Amino acid sequence: MSGSLYTQLLDLACGGFLLAAVIVLWRRELASIIRVFALQGVALAAIAVLLGAHEGRGDLVGVGLGVGILRAGLLPYLMRRALTVIDADRRRYSVAVTETRETQPLVNVAASLLTAALLTLLAYAAARPLTELHATPATRALPVGLAVVLIGFFVLVTRRRALAQVVGFLLLDNGITATALLATSGVPLIVELGVSFDVLLAVLVLQILTTRVREAFGTTDIDDLRELHD
Amino acid sequence: MNTTASAVLLTAPAAVPLVVAGAYALPRRRPRPSAAPLAADVIEARRQQSAQGNVLVAEAPARERAPQRHPLDWAGLLSPVVILVCGSLLAADVVDHGPTASYSGLLRADALTAWMLLVVGAVALIACGFAPAYLAVERSARRATEQTVWRYHVLVQAFLAAMCLAVVTANLGVLWVAVEATTIVTAFLVGHRRTRNSVEAAWKYVVICSAGIALAFLGTVLIYYAARQAGIAEAWALDWPTLVARADRLDPAVTRLGITLVVLGFGAKAGLVPLHAWLPDAHGQAPAPVSALMSGVLLSVAFAAILRYRVIADAALGAGFTRALLAGIALLTLALAAGLLLAQRDYKRMLAYSSMEHMSLIALATAIGSPLALTAALLHIAGHGLAKSVAFCASGRIQQITGTTKIGRVRGLLARAPAPAGAFGLAVAALLAFPPFSLFASELGIARAGFAAGAGPAWATAATLLLVLVAFAALAARTARMLLGAGTGAPADSSSSFTVWPLLLGLAACAALGVGTGPLTDVLDAAAQAIGGR
Repeated sequence: MSGSLYTQLLDLACGGFLLAAVIVLWRRELASIIRVFALQGVALAAIAVLLGAHEGRGDLVGVGLGVGILRAGLLPYLMRRALTVIDADRRRYSVAVTETRETQPLVNVAASLLTAALLTLLAYAAARPLTELHATPATRALPVGLAVVLIGFFVLVTRRRALAQVVGFLLLDNGITATALLATSGVPLIVELGVSFDVLLAVLVLQILTTRVREAFGTTDIDDLRELHD
Repeated sequence: MNTTASAVLLTAPAAVPLVVAGAYALPRRRPRPSAAPLAADVIEARRQQSAQGNVLVAEAPARERAPQRHPLDWAGLLSPVVILVCGSLLAADVVDHGPTASYSGLLRADALTAWMLLVVGAVALIACGFAPAYLAVERSARRATEQTVWRYHVLVQAFLAAMCLAVVTANLGVLWVAVEATTIVTAFLVGHRRTRNSVEAAWKYVVICSAGIALAFLGTVLIYYAARQAGIAEAWALDWPTLVARADRLDPAVTRLGITLVVLGFGAKAGLVPLHAWLPDAHGQAPAPVSALMSGVLLSVAFAAILRYRVIADAALGAGFTRALLAGIALLTLALAAGLLLAQRDYKRMLAYSSMEHMSLIALATAIGSPLALTAALLHIAGHGLAKSVAFCASGRIQQITGTTKIGRVRGLLARAPAPAGAFGLAVAALLAFPPFSLFASELGIARAGFAAGAGPAWATAATLLLVLVAFAALAARTARMLLGAGTGAPADSSSSFTVWPLLLGLAACAALGVGTGPLTDVLDAAAQAIGGR
């Protein structure tokens, strides 16, 4: 693979990665948010495979495929299943509330997109020392990872549906994985395995808790969780 | 010590709880031939606990309408005993021969490891020794079924395994994985009762801690990046001793960003601002023995990670950076905890805020960073772990007797239930740093070190002392209101289902540490040296 083609493909994958995060902010239908999240997983896997192909490292390509299976396959599948359960319940009892839509995020869509732009600028500013330390095509794309981390945090804080919060957490995690890949071609394999396993378990735990929240509160609106406070 | 012995000692603290967890998980499923070794393990554990069982019988006289005995509840004591034994053997070894490592450096024990293992083991002994009586009452009150009790045991043992792994590993990546694993395992323990409150607490706990600790992973990645650029090979770039030895070659700007994220991230798990909001909810809602473990050791295991990173940061950036960062966080946490203690109406949440207060004291001592301050911080970790676990266990019993966690609805407890009330009162006295408890010695040490360290730390220490005084007043007034006065209800029959020995053991250990560290002096000094108190 020639140098310029590699750079272009890498930038394309990173661009898709960031764009997916922004579209998550834009959409309200939880089903389409999960679909976009799966696409972001594909972009993340593409970044890993590109880096592996460029450096001629088979293990990195393997990590990329593993990341792809987890982030574009397994995690979206788990969330879609949680969504189907909610949806089936809604049909059965023909409840008026729309559990599958993010009806009223704390910040409206226009302001969210503006914030995403600001967060991306912030990420570029914060990543200056990182890029300067070792300037390659990969590290120059590194702010994208940080921007997705910040956008993930923003989603986590401003969304009210339990599942939307889970997506925020996963965006945050995708961003960190991308940062690790772009900065150092990934952390050692044992750590990567442990992290993936932890993330998978965390999502399972959150999925089970979502069900319990709905059983206890009758909704997955996190704003209703306000019994404990000082 | 030869390599096999050290490998066994390093593996056992994490592996044995995991095996016990597996053994607890198995009997409910169909017994298979392959399960035989694990089943044998349970039988072995049962045999080992029979000695403890006798103690229980001796202290709980025969007049029991006793809830049915569940001998397997006592098998959980195997892990704390193993952790304590391994911790003491490792302590003796590292004091004489320096750090030992095995599995090509993945697991490593220095004095800090040995000290933390001892603290984890001691607190786990209190919590697991108290649990059978607690669970017996929960069973008879129909708040727990056989199934939930099994799940409780599996999760608690897995929790112990994850904490021990976090303590014995030298790889900063594995450290992160282990700390995040504690979040996942304890999530269901927090939401154990499945009430609205506990589900809410569990949700907040998982979301805030996972997101917070994700920041710590980002920080770890940045440190790894800096280490790789400094020419450290991939296999060693997350190895703590290697990073400490070559920290001066790390790029300062990247390291600064990484360390900030790491301190914020692990600080979330340690109950420090800005990501502390999960702590009072989770500690208030978890079953009492779990609250004891979470507050007594989980917080300090997470803080031990910060202690490790601080050594790297100080070598790479100079002492000023982490000092300012940690002192700022400590003061903010303390101010918040003191303020909310003043307005507290729930005694389990009161204890939770007191944990934040003590963690901020430890953070302040770390910020000061002199040998005296670091020794005091480590002693404070041990003293707080012991006292707080006793307080939480006693509060669990008080909750069972009174049926409420509201301070206002509990009066004259000493007259109604002398044993748990006495233990609670003594534990709170220890937390208020009355002599002879060790928190008196460590707080004195922190204050002395603070005033000796120059103008900045002296001002921070002065402000801290003022805030500690506020917390003292709040905690003392509320506890006195709960314990003293004429009893309102009938005297509760506390002896039949209340195990006193773990609580007495904890209080005695805390007091003994306050009088003199005895054989632990060497390992305490070595641990303070290992984290930079030279």
